Amino acid sequence: MTIAVAELRVEDKLFLNRYLVDAGGPHIKVRPHEKPSPNLIALTRVCPAKCYELNDKGQVEITADGCMECGTCRVLCEASGEIEWNYPRGGFGVLFKFG
Amino acid sequence: MIEEKFDAIVIGAGMSGNAAAYTMASRGMKVLQLERGEYPGSKNVQGAIMYADMLEKIIPDFREDAPLERHAVEQRFWMMDDTSHTGMHYRSDDFNEAMPNRYTIIRAQFDKWFSRKVREAGATVLCETTVTELAHDTKGKVIGVRTDRAGDVIFADVVVLAEGVNGLLGTRAGLREMPKPETVALAVKEMHFLPEEVIGERFGLKGNEGCVIEAAGTISRGMTGLAFLYTNRESISLGIGCLVSDFASTTESPYALLDAFKRHPSVRPLIAGSEVKEYTAHLIPEGGYKAIPQLFGDGWVVVGDAAQLNNAVHREGSNLAMTSGRIAGEAIFQINSRGDPMTKENLALYKTMLDNSFVVKDLMKYKDMPVLLHTHSRHFFMTYPQLMSLAAQNFMRVDGTPKIEKEKATTAAFIKARSRWGLVSDAVRLAFAWR
Ligand SMILES: Cc1cc2nc3c(=O)[nH]c(=O)nc-3n(C[C@H](O)[C@H](O)[C@H](O)COP(=O)(O)OP(=O)(O)OC[C@H]3O[C@@H](n4cnc5c(N)ncnc54)[C@H](O)[C@@H]3O)c2cc1C
Ligand code: SF4
Repeated sequence: MTIAVAELRVEDKLFLNRYLVDAGGPHIKVRPHEKPSPNLIALTRVCPAKCYELNDKGQVEITADGCMECGTCRVLCEASGEIEWNYPRGGFGVLFKFG
Repeated sequence: MIEEKFDAIVIGAGMSGNAAAYTMASRGMKVLQLERGEYPGSKNVQGAIMYADMLEKIIPDFREDAPLERHAVEQRFWMMDDTSHTGMHYRSDDFNEAMPNRYTIIRAQFDKWFSRKVREAGATVLCETTVTELAHDTKGKVIGVRTDRAGDVIFADVVVLAEGVNGLLGTRAGLREMPKPETVALAVKEMHFLPEEVIGERFGLKGNEGCVIEAAGTISRGMTGLAFLYTNRESISLGIGCLVSDFASTTESPYALLDAFKRHPSVRPLIAGSEVKEYTAHLIPEGGYKAIPQLFGDGWVVVGDAAQLNNAVHREGSNLAMTSGRIAGEAIFQINSRGDPMTKENLALYKTMLDNSFVVKDLMKYKDMPVLLHTHSRHFFMTYPQLMSLAAQNFMRVDGTPKIEKEKATTAAFIKARSRWGLVSDAVRLAFAWR
């Protein structure tokens, strides 16, 4: 007998979570760049919410809506100045029901 | 917004912040606690095992109304390769005691409860408020905080930074370094819901008994990491975490790792048919003793994960957080009741008290472990689990090969993979780090 374990895409996983998105006030920004650094490129795979993506010009973009505010991208890319990282305004962002 | 001045402001309503705020408020101090989440716990993630002793020292009768899931009667350690696990189980009916030692909890519920206790003790708790900056006087002493709510500085004699692993405020104010990729792990976790009876049957548990599984091996694909599976009353918390530096260099995806762990033949049957209700991610401080920053200064102290007080070897963080929060609260209360100012010299009392507690002593004991596991991650997380599996399988398969030949083959496999010298030096290094 094969036992099914529901397999979900990240997008579907994030759909399970509750968010209060601060529309128009993204808390993380990627600074404009020509060529992304290895760490910035790594984020397209390592961000647990898949917020980072390469655009067709080979630059890294962020859509922070599904962000779980873990801080991984801050640890990897804030010191180099590639990203600007803040917490969302009080009450906004991810709202874990269980945590 | 708030005109009055407080004896203390606590930033954050997690384990450490709640312990600090409770300790001070219950002794009659005027405390303001600020939390950026909609409710305490809405931003927090934990496995989550909660250690009774450390909470008992703060709220002795917590068992009466705290939201507790199951008390652990069984612990399993698994060394995993791709298709098998070699395990050690410990189960004892002694853990079915009147006042159990460890419980699983659900942080969002637990933090709400703890916060209610903090309010009942008399503290003012403001949620949905992100502290944006520490306020200093001209001499650099911390005198209060600024928040994202309208209004100016909120003043206090002392600020307790209980802001968690990311520690934005403290690092931006230059009080301590930013967490580094090699001193923090990224963990992802899911909540799998199943009927209470099903969990009981699958793990051999009755009533509120719980089972705890920690797993290492090829599941972290050579990265320094650990997976866990904890039973709650009607859900299973399941996750995996690896060092951020390892993630960056391998560019493995955390969710792919988690999914592979779930699909592992040893894990799959345990969660079959479950409904996943949440997916979370959080950092864990892994730097240990050597990563502990300056803990106090003029008008401030730092507690919990923000101070890297986390024992990665034993997967303990919440108890170090609660204890450091309580000790900071007690130290501040002592200084306050003498009518002394919250200067750096006086607040050094917090560090003295913390150094004498299990918090610093435990971290000191394992001070070499983080670096060892990091620099030898491939051996500890890939080579050895595979060798263990080979050895166990060799031992268990009955196929007409004389036992002496089997033993020789196993030894040869270990030596081939790691060389005699490598094996001895790994063992010695591990023993020294563990000592
Ligand atoms: C996956 C995982 C599993 C774990 N498992 C275990 C386990 O089984 N047992 C165990 O003992 N430990 C475990 N830990 C560790 C444990 O969760 C932490 O050590 C503990 O939560 C630290 O408590 P804290 O109060 O220092 O920080 P946190 O609990 O992170 O609390 C920090 C609080 O500060 C708030 N905050 C931050 N910045 C601001 C700001 N600027 N303004 C206002 N509020 C702010 C946050 O919203 C948050 O509520 C685990 C951790 C993870 C991630
Ligand atoms: S904080 Fe974490 S979840 Fe949010 S964008 Fe950065 S890496 Fe992704």
